[in-house]
Amino acid sequence: MFRAAVRLSVSGVRSLTRTQPGCQALLASRGYSHGKQETDEEFDARWVTYFNKPDIDAWELRKGMNTLVCYDLVPEPKILEAALRACRRLNDLASAIRILEAVKDKAGPHKDIYPYVIQELKPVLEELGISTPEELGIDKL
Amino acid sequence: MFHLAAGRVGSLAAKRATAALSTSSARMMASHGHEVSTAVDMSKPQYTDSADYPLPDVPYKQVLTDADKSLKQKEKGPWNQLSKEEKLALYRLKFLKTYPEMRHSTPEWKTALGAALFLMGLTGFIVWWQKVYVFPKRPRTFEGDWPEKQLKRMLDMRINPVQGISSKWDYEKGQWK
Repeated sequence: MFRAAVRLSVSGVRSLTRTQPGCQALLASRGYSHGKQETDEEFDARWVTYFNKPDIDAWELRKGMNTLVCYDLVPEPKILEAALRACRRLNDLASAIRILEAVKDKAGPHKDIYPYVIQELKPVLEELGISTPEELGIDKL
Repeated sequence: MFHLAAGRVGSLAAKRATAALSTSSARMMASHGHEVSTAVDMSKPQYTDSADYPLPDVPYKQVLTDADKSLKQKEKGPWNQLSKEEKLALYRLKFLKTYPEMRHSTPEWKTALGAALFLMGLTGFIVWWQKVYVFPKRPRTFEGDWPEKQLKRMLDMRINPVQGISSKWDYEKGQWK
């Protein structure tokens, strides 16, 4: 189902690999033509580790998210879960909601990515008490 | 404080120096609060709403009322206990615009297109007015049978016979090729 829809670009859908195991593009996030290429799993693991830092500070959270949205991909739910938990440790609900908005924005014309991500994140959202932008009514003008 | 050796300094440098002097004095006045100016301190981190910069460097509202502060205290506890309004309030403390508000287009393009077309129309009107009131009479070489006679003369003289006009005329049949 996602094979045709979730093709953001050639280097695009690297992180969203759960539903399409055959479509994994092994591309590094940096534009080197030489050297060892980072796999999707390595990329995801690196970012999950980044956000899982127990004493992450607000700057690091902002830096991480602002960097992550600049990549040509929609982050995996597990990275987003780590980011949302980091928001919880920093007592920052607003940023958690903002992260969800950013994910929807990153998906662009692929309207089925965001519902999938929310579905995957439902346990975390309920556990932490994060409302989605839709629940708060800020997904509309 | 700021000496201008007017005789020594060139006119351009003097102008720049004067500008610097007036800017610094404006800043001084802003810091003393005499003027109306709300000069932004560009040396500090700024708030920006940008789709590719989801978490700006500073929260939108940096000066919090007591109500805001107590809400922030409540934020330290379980978020399940916050009402929707409280969550929205927390969002608006930190951010000015939501993503849809950031992204939505304005009807400004209609104004821009309308203005451009109007100005083109105005230009067209000016051109027509010039034709009627400014341009002199057309030369007599455009009137009556002059052009036809002129063309016949050119063909008789074999003007541009290789690739030009005379080459397009069939002299045997007396017509265009």
